[in-house]
Amino acid sequence: MKKRPAEADTAAARSFRWRAALVLALVLICAAGLSVRALELQWLDHGFLSKQGDDRTMRVAKIVAHRGAITDRNGEPLALSTPVDTVWVNPQELDDRIDEVPKLAKALKQDPQSLVRRVTSNLDREFLYLARHMPPEQAARVKALGIPGVYLLREYRRYYPAGEVSGHIVGFTTVDDQGQEGLELGFDQLLDGENGAKRVIQDLYGRSVQNVESIRAPRPGRDLTTSIDLRIQYLAYRELKSAMKEYRAHAGSVVVLDVDTGEVLAMVNQPSYNPNDRDQIKAGLYRNRAVTDILEPGSSIKPFVIAAALESGQYHSDSVVDTSPGFLKVGNKVFDDEHPLGSIDIATILAKSSNVGMLKIALSLKPEQIWHTLNALGFGQVTGSGYPGESAGMLSNYSHWRPIGIATLSHGYGLSVTPLQLAHAYATVGAGGIERPVSFERVNAGVAGQQVIPRSVASSLLQLMEAVVTAEGATGKRAAVVGYRVAGKTGTAWKSSAGGYSTDKYMAVFGGVVPASHPKLATVVVIDEPSGGQYHGGDVAAPVFSSVMTGALRLMDVPPDDLQNVPATTLVQSNDTP
Amino acid sequence: MISDDFSESRARRTLTAGGRILRALSMDGPLTGALAAIIAISFLVVYSASGQNLNVMEHHLANLGVAVTAMMFIARFATPQYLRLFAPIAYALGIVLLIVVDFTGHVGKGAQRWLDIGFIRFQPSEIMKLAVPMVCAWYMHERAQPPTFKDLLILVLLIAIPTALIVKQPDLGTALLIATSGLIVILLAGLQVWIILASIPVIAGAAWAGWHFMHEYQRQRVLTFLNPQNDPLGTGYHIIQSQIAIGSGGVFGKGYMNGSQAQLEFLPERSTDFIFAVIGEEFGLLGQLLVLILYGLIIGRALYMAMQGQDTFARLTGGAIALSFFVYVFVNSGMVSGILPVVGVPLPLISYGGTSMVTLLAGFGILMSLHSHRKLVGS
Repeated sequence: MKKRPAEADTAAARSFRWRAALVLALVLICAAGLSVRALELQWLDHGFLSKQGDDRTMRVAKIVAHRGAITDRNGEPLALSTPVDTVWVNPQELDDRIDEVPKLAKALKQDPQSLVRRVTSNLDREFLYLARHMPPEQAARVKALGIPGVYLLREYRRYYPAGEVSGHIVGFTTVDDQGQEGLELGFDQLLDGENGAKRVIQDLYGRSVQNVESIRAPRPGRDLTTSIDLRIQYLAYRELKSAMKEYRAHAGSVVVLDVDTGEVLAMVNQPSYNPNDRDQIKAGLYRNRAVTDILEPGSSIKPFVIAAALESGQYHSDSVVDTSPGFLKVGNKVFDDEHPLGSIDIATILAKSSNVGMLKIALSLKPEQIWHTLNALGFGQVTGSGYPGESAGMLSNYSHWRPIGIATLSHGYGLSVTPLQLAHAYATVGAGGIERPVSFERVNAGVAGQQVIPRSVASSLLQLMEAVVTAEGATGKRAAVVGYRVAGKTGTAWKSSAGGYSTDKYMAVFGGVVPASHPKLATVVVIDEPSGGQYHGGDVAAPVFSSVMTGALRLMDVPPDDLQNVPATTLVQSNDTP
Repeated sequence: MISDDFSESRARRTLTAGGRILRALSMDGPLTGALAAIIAISFLVVYSASGQNLNVMEHHLANLGVAVTAMMFIARFATPQYLRLFAPIAYALGIVLLIVVDFTGHVGKGAQRWLDIGFIRFQPSEIMKLAVPMVCAWYMHERAQPPTFKDLLILVLLIAIPTALIVKQPDLGTALLIATSGLIVILLAGLQVWIILASIPVIAGAAWAGWHFMHEYQRQRVLTFLNPQNDPLGTGYHIIQSQIAIGSGGVFGKGYMNGSQAQLEFLPERSTDFIFAVIGEEFGLLGQLLVLILYGLIIGRALYMAMQGQDTFARLTGGAIALSFFVYVFVNSGMVSGILPVVGVPLPLISYGGTSMVTLLAGFGILMSLHSHRKLVGS
């Protein structure tokens, strides 16, 4: 048994006990206060404070949807979204370990001193970009240093593996991954994914700690398989670029269409730019001139005026026109040929590019007939390819035409076209008069198309256009492709400038189809302002046509149709390729 | 279970054996039990609040080891005679150390509080938490109660000197707590009611004067306490965050280590001064009340032991230790719950860090010694 302690029952002890009881009462009051407060916070205000707590921790975070890839017709990538990591830092956290910064700078390949300065001058901030869009493995090495306050942020960056080669046609995206130019813009709805959302718990420093629930799953963008054949694209790019250098030209374009499907197999321009380098994104560089820029086609329009003549029934492929005396006055303007050609057939008119012959034919036709044919071939209208910023060119209505207008039109002035339109018209002729819409997407099924000029007219015209390359003294001889018959037309146009036509600035053009017996490719080459002395379409543009087509026909396994004219040595060479 | 009788008797035997050991150690059974429960809770909560930091746990355990050793040593060997002798020595030593600290002390978080004597770093103000009430009790021991006016003046001086030195560090919170522990002795020593009433306007005047001598941050704390929403991102941040943490816990809490405010570092000073909010968030109203009840048991038992004291020194010292403990609990939990201004006072025996656990357990050791070394009637 526990023994009772002796009670020192003095007045002092009694007084003390009384006071202790009083103090105990005070203690109980305080305890009651605390309990009431606890009840208030955790029961009455629980809902409100819970919400306040969630407001601090719960966030709706974006799940970035992957943007669809753009590939060429064979699946070669032209535009890819790849995951990249952005390295950021909380300067306040890093401040304690400022001695680690040189190590960090080395991993980031930045100057240590300026990095220290950047960190120490931003100590009032909690977020500072150190390096954006780093390759993930490189960023992982930075993170692996284990320096406090250094974090990674997952982002996607658009890469264009073909760079300059497909820069114009593919275009590029904004920093926010939205299409801004070219196919990236034209097919933005297809390519663009829909970002998802998720609810996450974040800590004080904004790091996601835990995913709570998915609010909306991201819908990734779909891939775009373009009609482009990267091999032909590269060939065209290379040949155009070297021609630009050789002829010291201002600009240039090459468009290659598939005659059977209307697909764009290649489309390049100069000057070009690298879409991977944002510093190069300047309007003068990234403009897809083949689609957006218009030019007066000069003599390259002549085959289509001949098409109108043949379609009218007034002329046949063997009709003869007297071009003497080598000039002709229409209104008060005299048009002439370089040399008087006398009585010549239509093939010669095209081969020698006789302005007088074209004039006589055009003036003898009903204006309506010329307009009708040109309109049917797509001049003056956008091709409907859906390419953003496409220009319609200009073809005025025949009701406004006067003889002088018809005269200039007959050799390619007073109307304007885009290189793509011109190529499309050549493709229509090459397809036997069947117009097939221009497509930047790969076409898998056959395209029926629409007969816009009679088949007989188209095939006659092809034969006539072969003379441009083959005839004695013809303008387009340098467009010849060994082993294949070429049907085409040269064009050399004065550039229009303020107050009339410049007499020393030219637009050199060659348009044609190949192989002529059964056309597969329709190609237009435009060289803007060649200034190296040579400026004729037949001298400047035709060689580019020839070299691009030589490679493209081989790449596409198109059977030769002109073997009898191939020198034996060349045959051996061409069989040399595996 | 084999037999109720058997297990019951065994349980009784075990308890009796435990009681015998405790008595041999001069320790008080109920108090030791309640302290052990609170310390167990401390380890549980510090583990969660420190973000499962094992270094922190190790350090905490080391602190506990020193504290328990101090308590047991004092309870067994520091008899009331020694304690009475030691009180003025400890007080004088404390004053000297405070002066040393004011001139040479380590600067921690902008204040000079720490004294580094090679192998250990401690705050001399911790000594004063015990020395001030003990020296007051020692002074009153042989004197008549209630104290005369002259005694009262001397007592006030004994309290004011260390208080002023600690205010100068500056550590207003600790200074106030120490002053309070001394005042408790005066109150228990039989202060007349009229003096208590008269002191109210004096305290009010002192508060007004104090406002003008306060540091800017101390004024901010008071203003923020009155309306935390004034500056939710600055000085009001602590109060708002701790109330959110407590309130979002609800009645049953979010579960151990599941407090989003605490674990995700929205709650500042979560393992030290604001650890009470971690309890509120993770264990809810029930957890908080359990902790408060345990504190109530400790305080109640301590007061009971103090009331049984046979002389003035024992009663006053015991009462001051018990009530000071209560003040620490109330000031901290009141601050964290938002009914008192923010004062840098840890939650006794639960908060991590510092030397406060050593001081507190040493205090309970004194209480146990005073209680177990009574002269028993008939022995």
